[in-house]
Amino acid sequence: MNTLFNKIASSSIVGGKQGLLGLAVLAALIFIILPLGVDLFRLNLIGKYLTYAFVAVSLVLLWGNGGILSLGQGIFFGLGGYGMAMFMKLEASDPITTKIQTTPGIPDFMDWNQLTSIPWFWQPFKSLPLTILAILVIPALFAYLIGFAMFKRRVGGVYFAIITQAIALILSILIVGQQGFTGGVNGITDLKTVLGWDTRTDAAKYILYYLNGILLFGSIFLSRYILSSKFGMLLLAMRDKEERVRFSGYDVSDFKIFIFCVAAIISAIGGAMFTLQVGFMSPSFVGIVPSIEMVIFCAVGGRASLIGAVYGTLLVNYGKTFFSETYPELWLFLMGGLFISVVMFFPDGIAGLYNKYARKIKFLNRFTETNKVAATTEPKGAKA
Amino acid sequence: MFGYSMADISNIVVMQGFSGLSMFTVLLLMALGLAIIFGQMGVINMAHGEFMTIGAYTTVMLSKVAATYGFVNYYFIFAIILAFILAFALGYFIEFVMIRHLYKRPLDTLLATWGLSLVMQQVFRSTFGAKEVSAELPEWMLGSFKPTPDIDIPINGVFVMFLALLVTAGVYLFMYRSRWGLRVRATVQNRIMAGAVGINTQKVDRVTFALGCGIAGIAGAAFTTIASTGPTTGTLYIVDSFMVVVFGGAASLMGTITSAFGIAQAQSILQFFMTSSMGKVSTLLVIVGILMMKPEGLFASKLRK
Repeated sequence: MNTLFNKIASSSIVGGKQGLLGLAVLAALIFIILPLGVDLFRLNLIGKYLTYAFVAVSLVLLWGNGGILSLGQGIFFGLGGYGMAMFMKLEASDPITTKIQTTPGIPDFMDWNQLTSIPWFWQPFKSLPLTILAILVIPALFAYLIGFAMFKRRVGGVYFAIITQAIALILSILIVGQQGFTGGVNGITDLKTVLGWDTRTDAAKYILYYLNGILLFGSIFLSRYILSSKFGMLLLAMRDKEERVRFSGYDVSDFKIFIFCVAAIISAIGGAMFTLQVGFMSPSFVGIVPSIEMVIFCAVGGRASLIGAVYGTLLVNYGKTFFSETYPELWLFLMGGLFISVVMFFPDGIAGLYNKYARKIKFLNRFTETNKVAATTEPKGAKA
Repeated sequence: MFGYSMADISNIVVMQGFSGLSMFTVLLLMALGLAIIFGQMGVINMAHGEFMTIGAYTTVMLSKVAATYGFVNYYFIFAIILAFILAFALGYFIEFVMIRHLYKRPLDTLLATWGLSLVMQQVFRSTFGAKEVSAELPEWMLGSFKPTPDIDIPINGVFVMFLALLVTAGVYLFMYRSRWGLRVRATVQNRIMAGAVGINTQKVDRVTFALGCGIAGIAGAAFTTIASTGPTTGTLYIVDSFMVVVFGGAASLMGTITSAFGIAQAQSILQFFMTSSMGKVSTLLVIVGILMMKPEGLFASKLRK
């Protein structure tokens, strides 16, 4: 038993005993404590938050460890979400349910906008395998194009942030403007089934919540694997001294493009899971505001900490829901204050606070004494 | 083209061109402030739009006062000055408590100032209400100017354009002909040397940042002549202004003017022929495309960093 434990703990994707403890606490929280502790409505809400955590995890890779701040992760979240939404909308618009329309068999918003047939780029979304492929490939391709154009020309830092932000704006305006093709500002709504399986039943909600959790852990493992490999070391080196890495003979731009693509795919999975759990997708998850809010989820959790990013997302969103229900006036002050204080006083987020204070507690040290270097976890007491 | 005759087209271009000029003015004033803050100091001020909103609300409030006491015809001049002073003072304060701690982390100033912009928006909403308000314009600004029967040019647009040109000239004189401008440029080029020859670089930073904010305040005063003001007015222009600065080449005054003109005119003219969202999308797409090919912008300064 002990040897097995050591074996698991020493494997690179777990990140040592410290990492294992963090993962175990998070897994217990997501898979056991929350499903037992809250009702289905709240659990569904938490599932929604956890889809943002995908984006936060992708930003940990990209920003916390790679030093590349993308203010356009909403683009990829949106691409993934819209991909899934297009599939579900086509399934929901069969000729029988839509027979009152002028053209039965096409999504309702297309009919309202005088379209008479399904546009060509909607066609692949009739099949689920093609949809899943599109959810993974299109964001990666898009990220590759952006990354190739920018990193090859050594555009980075602030300029990259501003341009990705502009692209997020362009995409959201485009979606709002092209109502007949995208559903406009309302987005794609009334999504019901996946291959005949109703996603709105209680059982389906539990299944989707667990699927979401498993995929989130998969993304964390993938990110851990990347960060603990030689590539991860290079990524850190690029963040801290890009010129020196370049002088050592590495093509920095290729690494940046790669990590940008990985981050795009992880965000897109989050988007697709969002659509599945929430039942709609709209441009308000694509534009500037959501993209920058997702950066703050990551910053609150600790920009270099994968597990911290999940806690950060849960914490900020819980706060958002709580305050906008009870004190809507106060919420923007708090959110703004959070941005300012996290940046000015806690640049390493809650993960940094944990490393500074919580590790002084003796009980935790019993587990973690052996591995004090790469500590990125959270105490159990964190609210979620 | 699109079923218009040649004469129609030229009239449309002239009129849309003039309505583009109002937008050009606001964009130019916004971008001038940003170009100073971002181009000279490397700070990304996401709250810049809210500084503009301060100027706009100042003008609206003053116009209400003016309407009560009957000096509607002259209040605008005072509004511009007051808008500048208020935005300048707040910028001075913000630099002192926030920005100066973050100079070494430019990406973090972006997040912190975004937070600031959220707080300021909520302050506006709590103080002035969520509804949009508009200023009472003086009578001489309301008419329009008709060189030919088919062309209609609003006077307020012409007025704010002159205002913008005046401010631009002022910024030019300040940056390139004054003692302060010399200090600012010296600090940008080599902070340590500038400090060594006796320039108080911290004070230079503070004044530079405050000046950029003050100009945003003037932009707000100009904005009231073309649209009504709400708590989130500033956010409409922030991305556009950043694109203007980046596209023109940061730290280049000429570049900022050219790109503000180009972007405003392209949007305004395209919006007539396409829907307004597609006009905006195609303009932004072209800019992003050009920036990907020429990341340093149109007028890059040939400075080694």
